[in-house]
Parts: sequence; C-alpha cells; structure tokens
Amino acid sequence: MAETVLTHSGQSPARLDGWRGIAADWASDQRTFKNVSWGKAMMWIFLLSDTFIFSCFLLSYMTARMSTTVPWPNPSEVFALNIAGNHIPLILIAIMTFILISSSGTMAMAVNFGYRRDRVRTAALMLVTAAFGATFVGMQAFEWTKLIMEGVRPWGNPWGAPQFGASFFMITGFHGTHVTIGVIFLIAIARKVLRGDFDVERRGFFTSRKGYYEIVEIMGLYWHFVDLVWVFIFALFYLW
Amino acid sequence: MVDIPYDRIAGIPPAEVPDVELYHPRSWWTRYVFSQDAKVIAIQYSLTASAIGLVALVLSWLMRLQLGFPGTFSFIDANQYLQFITMHGMIMVIYLLTALFLGGFGNYLIPLMVGARDMVFPYVNMLSYWVYLLAVLVLASTFFVPGGPTGAGWTLYPPQAILSGTPGQDWGIILMMASLILFIIGFTMGGLNYVVTVLQARTRGMTLMRLPLTVWGIFTATVMALLAFPALFVASVMLLFDRLLGTSFFMPSLLEMGTLSKYGGGSPLLFQHLFWFFGHPEVYIVALPAFGIVSDLISTHARKNIFGYRMMVWAIVAIGALSFIVWAHHMYVSGMFPQFGYFFATTTLIIAIPTAIKVYNWVLTLWRGDIHLRVPMLFALGFIITFVNGGLTGLFLGNVVVDVPLSDTMFVVAHFHMVMGVAPIMVVLGAIYHWYPKVTGRMLNDVLGKFHFWVTFLGAYLIFFPMHYLGLLGVPRRYFELGDAAFIPSSAHSLNAFISVVALAVGFSQMVFLFNLVWSLFKGEASGGNPWRATTLEWQTPETPPGHGNWGKELPIVYRWAYDYSVPGAEEDFIPQNQPPRATHVVEGAAS
Repeated sequence: MAETVLTHSGQSPARLDGWRGIAADWASDQRTFKNVSWGKAMMWIFLLSDTFIFSCFLLSYMTARMSTTVPWPNPSEVFALNIAGNHIPLILIAIMTFILISSSGTMAMAVNFGYRRDRVRTAALMLVTAAFGATFVGMQAFEWTKLIMEGVRPWGNPWGAPQFGASFFMITGFHGTHVTIGVIFLIAIARKVLRGDFDVERRGFFTSRKGYYEIVEIMGLYWHFVDLVWVFIFALFYLW
Repeated sequence: MVDIPYDRIAGIPPAEVPDVELYHPRSWWTRYVFSQDAKVIAIQYSLTASAIGLVALVLSWLMRLQLGFPGTFSFIDANQYLQFITMHGMIMVIYLLTALFLGGFGNYLIPLMVGARDMVFPYVNMLSYWVYLLAVLVLASTFFVPGGPTGAGWTLYPPQAILSGTPGQDWGIILMMASLILFIIGFTMGGLNYVVTVLQARTRGMTLMRLPLTVWGIFTATVMALLAFPALFVASVMLLFDRLLGTSFFMPSLLEMGTLSKYGGGSPLLFQHLFWFFGHPEVYIVALPAFGIVSDLISTHARKNIFGYRMMVWAIVAIGALSFIVWAHHMYVSGMFPQFGYFFATTTLIIAIPTAIKVYNWVLTLWRGDIHLRVPMLFALGFIITFVNGGLTGLFLGNVVVDVPLSDTMFVVAHFHMVMGVAPIMVVLGAIYHWYPKVTGRMLNDVLGKFHFWVTFLGAYLIFFPMHYLGLLGVPRRYFELGDAAFIPSSAHSLNAFISVVALAVGFSQMVFLFNLVWSLFKGEASGGNPWRATTLEWQTPETPPGHGNWGKELPIVYRWAYDYSVPGAEEDFIPQNQPPRATHVVEGAAS
C-alpha cells in the first residue's frame, strides 16, 4: 500500500444522484441521511411509529364496522346540522377539515419565514396556526357535546351498532389530543421565536441544547402529519 | 492541531457534524440520579429490570412448587397460580428482557460502539428511563391492590381478561393496561434515540457495514419495536375502554355469571390479531439483540473474525422484516379462517432460513478458532445449543397440523422457554460477564462465574427438556393441578417434581451471580481497559469506566470493521477498529 494517496479537500467527494446516491449514502460513514439533522430524523421516525398507531386504530374501527350485525349509523345524518332552517349533512366536519387544512398552509408559511429569520412573521403565522388548531379542537368539543346530548355514548347510541360511539370518541379523541399537544408546542415555539432564542442559539431550559430555526420546520412536520391523519379519519369515518 | 487528511484508501471523510457540547451535571443529583449520560441511564435501566425480573423469578418458584407438589402448599390457590403465570410472563418478556436488551445494553453500548459521545437527545433518553420506572412501579403496585394482579395470562385475551371470575378483574387488569401504555411511551422516547444515534451520529469512518453485530441486533430490534409496540398500545387502550367505559371493541355478547353482560358485537379475534402483531415481533425484539451480542462474544473469545459478516447483517434484517408477517401462527387454534394457516405456516418456516444461516455462521466462526473457554464464551456456546433446540421445536409448532394437538400442552412451554427464555438469558449473562469490566473496571470472579454457568446451563436443560416429553404426553399448560387424569402416567408426576427441584436450585444459583456482581465491584481483580483484547470501540476508550462524553478531546476514527482478529502478519491477534492502516501516514500540513 505504498501508493497510498492522500488528498485533503476539506469536503466529501461529490454526491451521486438517484439510486447510486442512495446506495452511497447508506454505505457512507457518520450519517445515513446526509444534511438531515438529528432532530428532523427523530421526528420522521416518530411519525412513522405514530402512523402505525393510527393505522391500528383505523383498522380496528374498520373491522368493527365491517363485522357488525346491526346497522351502522349513517354518518351523513348523524353529523348533519340545521343551519337557518336548512338541513346540511357533514357541514361541521367540512368546516373543521377546511380549517385544519388551512392551518397547514399557515404552518408552511411560518417555516418559510423562519428560514428567512423573520421573527415577527414566523411567530405570527405560528400563532395563527395554533389558533386554527384551537378552533378545530373547539369545534370538535362542540360536535362531541352535540352527539352526547343526542344520546351517543361509548357503549351505545340510539341508531345502531354500539361500536359507532366507541370508535368515534376513541379515534377523534386520540387525534384531538394530537392537535392539542401541537397547539401547546406551537405556542411555546412561537414564544421562543419572538424572543429571538433561535437568533442567539439560546440553550433550552431542560435540554441545554442550542435552538435553531429548524425547530420551526420540525414542528411543521408534526403539524402536517396531524393534518394528514385527519384526512384519513375524515375519509374513512365520515365519508364511508 | 493535526488536520486529519481525507484518506482515499481508508475512506475517512472529514467530520460532517460538529462535536456536540453535552449537558454538564452540576450536582450529585444530576450526575447519578437524573443523569443524562446514556451509561448511567443504562445502569438504571438494568438495575430496575433486574429487580422486577427477580420478582418474576420468585413467581416461577411458586408456580413450580405448586406444579411439582400439588396440594402441599396451602398458601397457593388456583387464582394466585393464574396471577403468577400472568405476571411471570409479562415481566420476563417486556419489563425484563426488552428493557434490559434495549434500555440497558442499547444505552450502554450504542454510543460507545458507534463512537458517539452520547445518545443524540440525552434529555429525552433520561425521560425514557423515568417513564419506564413509573411503568414498573404501576405494575408492581398490582400486587398490593384489592384483588391482586390480573390472572388473565400474559396474552390478556378478552373476553376472559376483563370478566368477573378472572382474578384481578377489579384493579389488576386496569393497572396492567396503564403500565403497558406507560412502558410503550417510555420505550418510544428511548427507541427513537437509539435509532437516530445509529443512523446519524456515527463517528468518522464508521459505516453501517463496519458496525459490530451487537449494534445491528439492537438497532434492528429497536426499529421493530417502534413499529410493533403501536399495535399493543392500541390493543391496551381499547381493552382499557372495554373494561372502564363499557365499550365493546373486543367483547361479544355473552353470559357473565348467568346474566347477559352489558357487552355485545365486539371481536375477541381482533384483539388477538393486534396482540400478536406486536407479540411475534416481540420474540425477535428479544432475540435479535441476543443474536448480535453473541456474535461478538464468539468472535472475540474465539479470536477469529465472524464468519459471513454481511450475511449475518442481512439475516438480522430479513428476520426482522419477516417477523411482521407471521403473527397468526399464534392463532392456529383461535378459530381463524383455516386457509390463513397456509400463508402463516409458510412465512413462519421461511424464517428458519436466515436463522439457520446465523447458526451455521456462529459454528463456522468457532471452526478452527483459538477458543478461550472464558465465562462469556461458555454462555455464548450455551446460547447456541439452547437456541438450536428451541428453534427446532419451533419448526414443529409452525406447522398447523402439528401445532393444533400440541398447542395447549407443556410442549409449547418448553419451546418458548428454550428459544426466548433460556437462550436470550444466556446471552444476557454472558454479556454481563463480558462487559462488566468496562462498566466497573473490575473482572467478575471466574470460579463463581463457571459455577454459575454450569448450574444455569445444565439446570435449564434439566428443567425444560423433560417438558417436551410432558407435552407430547398431552400434559396441559396453565393448569393449577393435573388431578387424576388417566392419560397422565405417574412418571409424569415424578418428572414434574424433579423439574421443580431443579428449578429451585437454578433459581438459587442466580444468587451466587448476584453475590459475584456485588463482591467483584469492590474486590474484583482490576481489569484494565481491554481485558479481552477486543477490537470494538468501547474497549478503546481513554478511561475505564468511560467518562462523561465517552472519548477524550477527539472522537475516535474508524479504519476497519469490528472483526480483525488473528489477521495474518499482524503483530497482535487483534487490531482495534480505530487503529490506522500501517501504510497510511498522517502527513502534517498536507492541507492544500
């Protein structure tokens, strides 16, 4: 090995494209996902795990719905509202879905302004996103109240299979908990943005890790995931 | 400061991630109790898991006393027997083995073996332990609540799990579910750390294909756990709702104590699918770290590179992937659509291929090796034998027609204790003898260790091997007492008594091991940094035991795989992973 050539370019060899690039990344040292920070990688893997949780919930619900021997309540009728004398099916859910999807838009804008280090706009958009999320949870509370007043319980309801109420409260409750946690973190991170923590790379109170604007994007990943899950719940629970 | 040049031959690119600044403990509390150091967390995990594991060991003694000498011990009644079975199984599988392999060995070894200073998010890692401790405390509390712990069997099958008549219906089952949910939350926080540390925080030169197999085993098991525990989480939540809120996810309409219960329309099979979608991968969550660790023990103590490293890695990955599509082989007798059996029997038997590759490779690593029969090696060899034994009976049980008559007999008890009880515990014990010097700086006593090995290994065989025979006779499992069934000869009863005596002896021999652990901590022979002359990075730390941050000022650089033992022409019979190739000279000032 006398012909060992030493080079010192100070950077890695050029990155390859396509499948060769993927193979090269997996064969490389230090990081499998190049230019992906620890926090972002961790959030993606957490979301993968969380996907399995929601999948199990939805599959269990679908199993119950398919195997029930008594009629399943008609979601169009159950989730209809009378507004100004008009009977409109699924109107509340439609509005809730619209609000949640909109909040994904404001979140994406917040990420953009975060990377531009525009503190005020980033924080404002995150707070708007949090407000949308809180509105969503509030409307969900309204929906729960309405159904409970009409006699829907986890163990039964006036219209058919008792698994309807059980699945409804469990799945929307679990999703609503995700949204609520998201709102809390949105507010906390918006406060950090506004205070300029990420400009001075201030250390976290608990973790003593430096903070970066990337945290806004990682928060965004979670938020978009919660929205995406809602689309599946909407399709499989309300539209089926 | 010497710039480390990019070396094309050794393939060492420059650092991509700046060195992190770790949390500095400011007091005794943050150094030893609320510590963010993965090594301290690992020891906390291990001690907690071992403590609750001892409870499960005592439960097994009580069960054996009852089975061996029915009617002799008035302090054990049928309900308690069911509670002992349930808690023994649940504790051993989840709270001991999973927590010990991933939380204990994972936390200690991953950062050291990949050349990182710590896990990527030490604070989250610390939370993981405290949530786990809470889960253990909730579980242990069930022994003291009215009605005692649940007696539903470790599989917790509804409807019986939550009906009156099953012991622990009041509080036991509720707290069991709460404890499982906590465990999964705690594990997820730790598991995300392990995965991201392996993927994104390796040191320079440490490619995935240079990782020691220990890391591959723990890493793959953690990925599997992150995907399998969600099913248990969902099943636990739904069963908790069935019990607490009166929902009917799993509960069909049935008579309870002569009256129609409030339930109706649920599917008990749904629970079994969810449970085993978790439960089968769980077998490999316990087995894969054992596979990985035992590969390293064998290679180190046989002074030979592991045979077929790449095949070993792919076998681990293949076993991990396949284990997600075999779950219903636990449900052959559940009343599932019968033709599903074809599919699940086929996939089950396919797993035998990568598993057999691993066993052949272990044996071929030993072949013409310079075998040192030290205590860790003895346990590694014991693992191969018990694992082959348990694996072969797995082929029996994977076939529907053989499984159906054997399913509810002691044969199954013998099978799973051999394959995922004794075999992984052999590795755990071997691994403790192997890494104890790194954790404490002292060797464990060799004489006590050899005594411990022979009693444990031979004893485990004497306990579980005769159970196969009992099972073939048709002796049922889970029964409080056998009574005077005509098909059970009196020899089977004497065999049961024999098994019980051996089980007690093996149990007490573990006390010798505990004594050894404590005694050696103070009186053990000083080990030095690398007593086994091993290649992997954890043995090359500047301090033993490794300090906070693991490495000194500079992170290690890896130039080779983990198995350079007995390399022809080398001065020593091992070359550490961070030793540069001979012909490579670091040229100072070579920059541009």
